[in-house]
Amino acid sequence: MRTRLVTVLLAVIAALMVIPGTAAADAQGGENLNGQIRQPTTIEGLEITVYEGFEGDEVIGEATTDSEGKWEVGLPGPGDYRVVLDEGSIPDEYVVPEKPGSELEVSVRPEQERTVVFRLQTPAEAAEESAEASQEATEDEDGGGDAGAGSDEAGEEVPGAEAGASFSDRFFQLTVAGLTFGLIIAISSVGLSLIFGTTRMINFAHGDMVTFGAFMAMMFANMTLFSSLHEVFEGVPVLDFVFNPLVLGLVLAVVLGGALGAGLERFLWRPLRRRNVALIQMFIVTIGFSLVLRHMLLVVFGARRDKYPQFRIQEAWELGPVSITPRDAGILLVAVVVLVLVASMLQFTRMGKAMRAVADNRDLAESSGIDVDRVTLYVWGLGGALSALGGVLYGLNATVHWQMGFHLLLLMFAAVILGGLGTAYGAMVGGLVVGLVAMLSTLWFSPQLMNVWALGIMILVLLVRPQGILGRRERVG
Amino acid sequence: MSSESRTAGEAVRDRMAGVEPAAGVAKPDPILKASGVRRSFGGLTAVDVEHLEVQRGTITALIGPNGAGKSTLFNLLTGFDRVDAGEWSFEGRRLNGLGGHRVARQGMVRTFQLTKALTRLTVLDNMLLAAPGQAGERLLGALYRPVWRRQEEQNRARAMELLARFKLDAKKDDLAGSLSGGQRKLLEMARSLMVNPSMVMLDEPMAGVNPALVQSLLGHITSLRDDGLTVLFVEHDMDVIMGISDWIVVLAQGRVIAEGRPDDIRSNQEVVDAYLGAHHDEPGGTAPGAGEEA
Amino acid sequence: MDFWNILVLSLETAVGPIAAVYVLAAIGLNMHFGYTGLLNFGQVGFMLVGAYGVGIGVGTFGLSLWTAVLLSIACATVLALLLGIPTLRLRADYLAITTIAVAEAGRLIYRAEFARPLTGGVYGRQSLAEGFYAANPIPSGRYGLLGVDFTENQLWLMVVTWGLVALALALTASLMHSPWGRVIKGIREDEDAVRSLGKDVFVYKTQSLVLGGVLGGLGGAMLAINQQNITPDQFMPQVTFYLWAMLLLGGAARTFGAVLGPMVLWFLLTAFDETLRALVSADLLPFVDGSDIGALRHAFVGLALVLLIVYRPQGLIGDRKEMLVNVK
Repeated sequence: MRTRLVTVLLAVIAALMVIPGTAAADAQGGENLNGQIRQPTTIEGLEITVYEGFEGDEVIGEATTDSEGKWEVGLPGPGDYRVVLDEGSIPDEYVVPEKPGSELEVSVRPEQERTVVFRLQTPAEAAEESAEASQEATEDEDGGGDAGAGSDEAGEEVPGAEAGASFSDRFFQLTVAGLTFGLIIAISSVGLSLIFGTTRMINFAHGDMVTFGAFMAMMFANMTLFSSLHEVFEGVPVLDFVFNPLVLGLVLAVVLGGALGAGLERFLWRPLRRRNVALIQMFIVTIGFSLVLRHMLLVVFGARRDKYPQFRIQEAWELGPVSITPRDAGILLVAVVVLVLVASMLQFTRMGKAMRAVADNRDLAESSGIDVDRVTLYVWGLGGALSALGGVLYGLNATVHWQMGFHLLLLMFAAVILGGLGTAYGAMVGGLVVGLVAMLSTLWFSPQLMNVWALGIMILVLLVRPQGILGRRERVG
Repeated sequence: MSSESRTAGEAVRDRMAGVEPAAGVAKPDPILKASGVRRSFGGLTAVDVEHLEVQRGTITALIGPNGAGKSTLFNLLTGFDRVDAGEWSFEGRRLNGLGGHRVARQGMVRTFQLTKALTRLTVLDNMLLAAPGQAGERLLGALYRPVWRRQEEQNRARAMELLARFKLDAKKDDLAGSLSGGQRKLLEMARSLMVNPSMVMLDEPMAGVNPALVQSLLGHITSLRDDGLTVLFVEHDMDVIMGISDWIVVLAQGRVIAEGRPDDIRSNQEVVDAYLGAHHDEPGGTAPGAGEEA
Repeated sequence: MDFWNILVLSLETAVGPIAAVYVLAAIGLNMHFGYTGLLNFGQVGFMLVGAYGVGIGVGTFGLSLWTAVLLSIACATVLALLLGIPTLRLRADYLAITTIAVAEAGRLIYRAEFARPLTGGVYGRQSLAEGFYAANPIPSGRYGLLGVDFTENQLWLMVVTWGLVALALALTASLMHSPWGRVIKGIREDEDAVRSLGKDVFVYKTQSLVLGGVLGGLGGAMLAINQQNITPDQFMPQVTFYLWAMLLLGGAARTFGAVLGPMVLWFLLTAFDETLRALVSADLLPFVDGSDIGALRHAFVGLALVLLIVYRPQGLIGDRKEMLVNVK
């Protein structure tokens, strides 16, 4: 009896200690290791593996540096870990200096997001420096300053942030990045705005539909079926690109995204509307659905930040003051083409005009003979497909992560409010503004705050022009 | 109608006897004066009223084809929409830029075309809510019941009187949402009287009301005038309008095109062209502001 | 599998201080949504500034805990005004979007590098509750019944937190039975109608936002005291969604809905977690990883929200009749 009491007591105490954490923080994952390889330059595609304990061989996680040399591995808890940089993944022109070396031992405190620094050198430098005392093996992220875990968390990565670049260089570079980011936001939020217009519903699950698209493309891009299909056409001029697993993955993700959107409308929202469920209640349902979708994606695909296996390492093109990788140029191109297509669809086709009519005034559209249910179904399909596309582009531009869509959602909200709730073109304009503001703010302010600036612009617009840039003034008391 | 009310009506008409039936004409004792009131939506001019006066103590009807800007004018005058230009005054006080609640506190209370009963409040609470100057409506006052108990009792007594007058007293503890459409109209009218207004603005008080109730509603409207209130109302039914109005204002394409007693209006060619000749239920129409009224 | 243990643990959580913190915040949300009809999707933002009132007051400036709690209340008030003034004149949707955005922006600012001298950045603030436990009048020992058992400090914490809950309930109940509450409920039904009757709707909505926000802030302050340390990442938007789930589960616009909901949901969540954990450790669920439990729990809350709205929109103790009237 006594032992039982003690057990229960211990369990209770444990629960009391654990619950606060799980209550709020377990989505965050708690501890992690991260870093950015940027000496002498940022290098993408370096493989990093984390093992448990200083001696252990159990792999905790693996990461690959992204286009800015950043990597991150989530940890199961505080403790000792061994971080190993795979020398095989290092390009030939660099070597790992003797100190700190390619294998580091670190201890992690509870809730700590610890930055681990690896350094690379050219062989010549290595020879010079080998005598000198090397810098500290690891440093806490407070030392890191400009790009610690914070900006990662903020969702988007900032290019051209390397110290030393001149202001105008950074300005141009960030403008391009802002355009790219803005177009991605625009593509994702057109659906959000149209859905609001046609159903008066704020779709809180829209961000997770973005994540869904990104993960679907990831799944297809990693399928052996697709890569073996690709091998058949490897080297053939056009088909090489068309059968690239990621390109096929993108198309399939868009189709699936559209199916998800239309399916939701057909099997969830329409029946709920038929039951006269109040709008506020519908908001809550979208929140509930977004929680389900997001965490199912987390369970199925894991919490790692990942890049698509294709189009990873690319030589940047130098275009005047701007350097851009073919990948990012491709994203820009696809985004612009799709937005123009969507705009012409809305402007010139029957269905597009009907969509705008319903978004403008549902009752009026209904009384003038438009099949509102059908239009709503198409809007959801279109919205789902576009958000999936936005997800793939975003994943290609940055990394694929289970919370990417949720972070983007807040910026999408800012975009649709900026442009005018319910207007498709407004969402496009708003998206561009938000993307540019977010990126350009890093010229002067910490990248950790880029989303804060975007949201700040939204609040400013609410104060001075609540109907948004392209919205019509409503009658409000 | 009682003979007493007939005399009240006649007294009003006598005072208006000398007034010439012309658009924008001055009245002997106007309670509401508006000039140059304009409002447009995206390039369409919904309201453009050069001059309009409403005589104290009358039942004035505002008529016009669909989309003539009647509801918009209502919203503008009562502070529920913002004008692009113009000014108007009530009891000699300028109302420009005042929010809806401050217009109501001046004594000009409106109702809505689509009734706005507070559905999940009881009928009695709907009434009590409307009482002005309640100490218990201030956050700190609310916490200490003795501050507002007496006032609440007085308000309750007055609310019950009004409910009895509108034959809603038996329903006092029902949720307002459970009332029929006609009862909601009655409740809304009774509720607006709780504010102690000197003028009530009724936006289509007969819309969607069971014909059996129309007579009773009409009786209530005339009795408001007999109590000394000014009534301005928007209505479509010409029989209703001709039957009870002391004065009629005709709006078309946002402008006042004619004013006068029912007989003047009946014989006014311009009105017949603009309104009576056409099927006034025809949706859309060419008038500006179409669709804004819904 | 030890069902008794799971049951005790779940009960424990349902009456524990964390549940009480959520009850406080849910009472605030009930003021916003249940009574006034305000769509506040950023209640966690109020908890954040409340918790950091204590965190910054005690951890950074070394103020006494009681002064720090006043700071929490002041911060929550300021946040409510910041949110309300631009948006409360606009349609309800705008408040919804702004609150969720500002709460998240707040978290990003509190964890940012430049705020570090004040907030401790991503590390937050530690050792915040010494003053609180020093004031504990309960003699040391163990207190409990039926296997549920607390130390004197836990008990002290619970007494204070649930005491605050009782105060908050008394406050809302008396407000809601006053003419003030009548106007507030009228605004929920139709703010234009209330405006047409001469009430300054904006002022009432602002008052409601501040009151409910302060309750959320107090919840945050108690969370900081309870955990003794806080980091910004405890205040993810999910917390707000949990609060919504709890409020709707209990029944919005019901005084005790905001109490019952969090208790029941915490009970269910702990039971769900522990059962799953037990099943996983007994290898009965081969396809579920131990680390997935947190994610599955969030998904469970989401599913519960959807099912609640579809099948029991009035919650556990809501009024079905009122729900049916609410067809607009």
